Amino acid sequence: MPMKIGTEPFFERVDRSIHDDFMRQAMASAQDRLRGRKLEATVGDDSLIDWELWRNAGEEIRRHTLENLDFYLEQLSESYAARGGHVFFAATAEEANRYIQEVVQKKQAKHVVKAKSMVTEEIGLNEALEAVGCDVLESDLAEYILQIDDHDRPSHIVVPSLHKNKEQIRDTFREKRGYTKSEKPEELAAFAREELREAFLKAEVGITGCNFAVADSGTVALVTNEGNANMVTTLPDTQITVMGMERIVPSWEELDVLVTLLCRSAVGQKLTTYVTGLSPDLEADSVDSPKDYHLVIVDGGRSKALGTEFQSALHCIRCAACVNVCPVYRHIGGHAYGSIYQGPIGAVLSPILGGYEEYGELPYASSLCAACTEACPVKIPLHELLIKHRQRYVSGGGHPKASEKLSMKVFGIGASSPSLFQMAKGMAPAMLSPFTKEKRIEKGPGPMKPWTEIRDFPAPSRDNFRKWFDEHKKKAGDDQ
Amino acid sequence: MKVSLFVTCLSEMFYPHVAKDMTEVLERLNCDVEFPKGQICCGQPAFNSGYLEDAKKAAKQMITAFDGAEYVVTPSGSCAAMFKEYPSMFADDATWKQQAEALADKTYELCQFIVNVLGVEDLGASFPAKATYHTSCHMTRLLGETEAPFKLLSHVKGLELVPLKNNYDCCGFGGTFSVKMVPISEQMVDEKIRHVEETEAEVLIGADNGCLMNIQGRINRQGKRIKVLHIAEILNHQQKGGAEYANENRDGALL
Ligand code: SF4
Repeated sequence: MPMKIGTEPFFERVDRSIHDDFMRQAMASAQDRLRGRKLEATVGDDSLIDWELWRNAGEEIRRHTLENLDFYLEQLSESYAARGGHVFFAATAEEANRYIQEVVQKKQAKHVVKAKSMVTEEIGLNEALEAVGCDVLESDLAEYILQIDDHDRPSHIVVPSLHKNKEQIRDTFREKRGYTKSEKPEELAAFAREELREAFLKAEVGITGCNFAVADSGTVALVTNEGNANMVTTLPDTQITVMGMERIVPSWEELDVLVTLLCRSAVGQKLTTYVTGLSPDLEADSVDSPKDYHLVIVDGGRSKALGTEFQSALHCIRCAACVNVCPVYRHIGGHAYGSIYQGPIGAVLSPILGGYEEYGELPYASSLCAACTEACPVKIPLHELLIKHRQRYVSGGGHPKASEKLSMKVFGIGASSPSLFQMAKGMAPAMLSPFTKEKRIEKGPGPMKPWTEIRDFPAPSRDNFRKWFDEHKKKAGDDQ
Repeated sequence: MKVSLFVTCLSEMFYPHVAKDMTEVLERLNCDVEFPKGQICCGQPAFNSGYLEDAKKAAKQMITAFDGAEYVVTPSGSCAAMFKEYPSMFADDATWKQQAEALADKTYELCQFIVNVLGVEDLGASFPAKATYHTSCHMTRLLGETEAPFKLLSHVKGLELVPLKNNYDCCGFGGTFSVKMVPISEQMVDEKIRHVEETEAEVLIGADNGCLMNIQGRINRQGKRIKVLHIAEILNHQQKGGAEYANENRDGALL
């Protein structure tokens, strides 16, 4: 449930989103802004020499890491444990939540603060903690906005509140928190900060996600802009980091490359304001650093992709560059995907983690324009993975329409028999003539129907190119 | 130079004049043009829908049809890209894979062929009109051809080519996407048309009949007056006035 957003069927979600003018406006302008910034900071930045080389390096690092994932996971857990931290491997969301609940209960903690994390959304951690009587506060501004707005769901993996504009945020603050000032971002942020300060001081447990975990040093790297992650990781005595099992890099050297790719692709910054390295640090005799560190490594269905044609989906570094260029996302927004992972990567990842029953439509919600593949800093062939999903879906994984299967069969036969094709071509104008008005078809029969719902279809031409070509050639021969 | 035309099923069915224009353009450039009769459809509708086996049937038919070709030239970036995809479809069939590779290597989209292989940019065409150009996704991203059409159009006399906002965004065609995801496709094509209108161009030019069929079909449905033409029609246009030509010559088209 937590990965899933809403209960309506796909096309109802799409319909609702398409009619949400507010959200559409927000999406389109955010996309234009983010795309522009990314281009400036990547292909447009001469100091990088050649962005393509960076992408190649990123792809290679991710491929190598995933190919040797078992090795690096072991190395990570050893180095983390050697520093005095606890490591827990959770096969499922439930296992992860149960472990974290136990840690929190053992500390008799009542107050938890969180930094931004998609994987804790994925496993539904907040609900699990609330169920054991904890009060959980999101400290990333975007997540905070969603949380106080009756737990609204994320619509973008980097900026979860992208579907809201500042006026809406002001109204939410007013209604839920008695805010009295304007919609100026600085004022809104200052207000949230006040509440957050108190929470930071009160919290017994801090929970973060993980952009990358450095295997050889046992360090969790967090890439942020607001400074909230630093508060979360320094003030509470108990630290819990939750990470997807693939978010790992061999060493600081690779981290350097991936952080560069991430910051530039996600927000068009050379570097975010903060890159925080968090390692258990129990030996130092400092009195005010946290006392207890936990690293929860979540599988949650990821291992299903290992060793399959979908393995490269695990290369993702969650920069949302693919989301920001996606023309489908542009028009339907994040919630219509019905998953906290939206856009092209969401359409690839959600069915892997959650199955076709729940997310079978998503791989079809793409025109295969390949803008995503072109944008991805680690060169995941996203549009190809969408086709691979479709292949799986029609060959047993899902429930393709019988009529579609049949028409593709007929297609296969027709497309391998020139005489049949010629016959069909010859017959088409006459067969479609009842539907044809001034060389166009406004209401087509059968498979043409969905096309003509919104557009005209050209009437099949009565001209025969083959005949013309033969005559043309003959004439040329005669002339010589 | 021997050139085998791959006119695409869409052109054969709906836009034979594009195939004719392409033939004439290539002949004017001294190509020895032939038309392999065994050609049908590249198989993209099946491939993109996940029906690999049905797509393979189409692919084998095409590989066989173009067996003896020296150069295969097509008026569609998308169909050319599909030919380039064939080798991946026969990953575990060495014989077909090899043939698929041979076909992929000799396949070019029309503009690409004229500019990069023949080394010609000025075709002596004239088309006095204000126009904008739709860069189709498969041509630019899968085939990697971003410049050839612009080079060719820059030499067309009288043609004023204005840039199209967000030109890298898909028009919403996407093959079966256009019928499977109608409401989304509709939003995409509408935004595309809005941007075309903003340019105040009379003519929209493109190099992929799939996209053009989508955009034109929607323009007609909305009763708008922008003309949609394939680049081959522009390049083959030697004397007559542009906008009028568009009206007269699109047999079977939707103007
Ligand atoms: S798939 Fe690539 S572009 Fe999309 S979020 Fe992941 S890393 Fe970024």
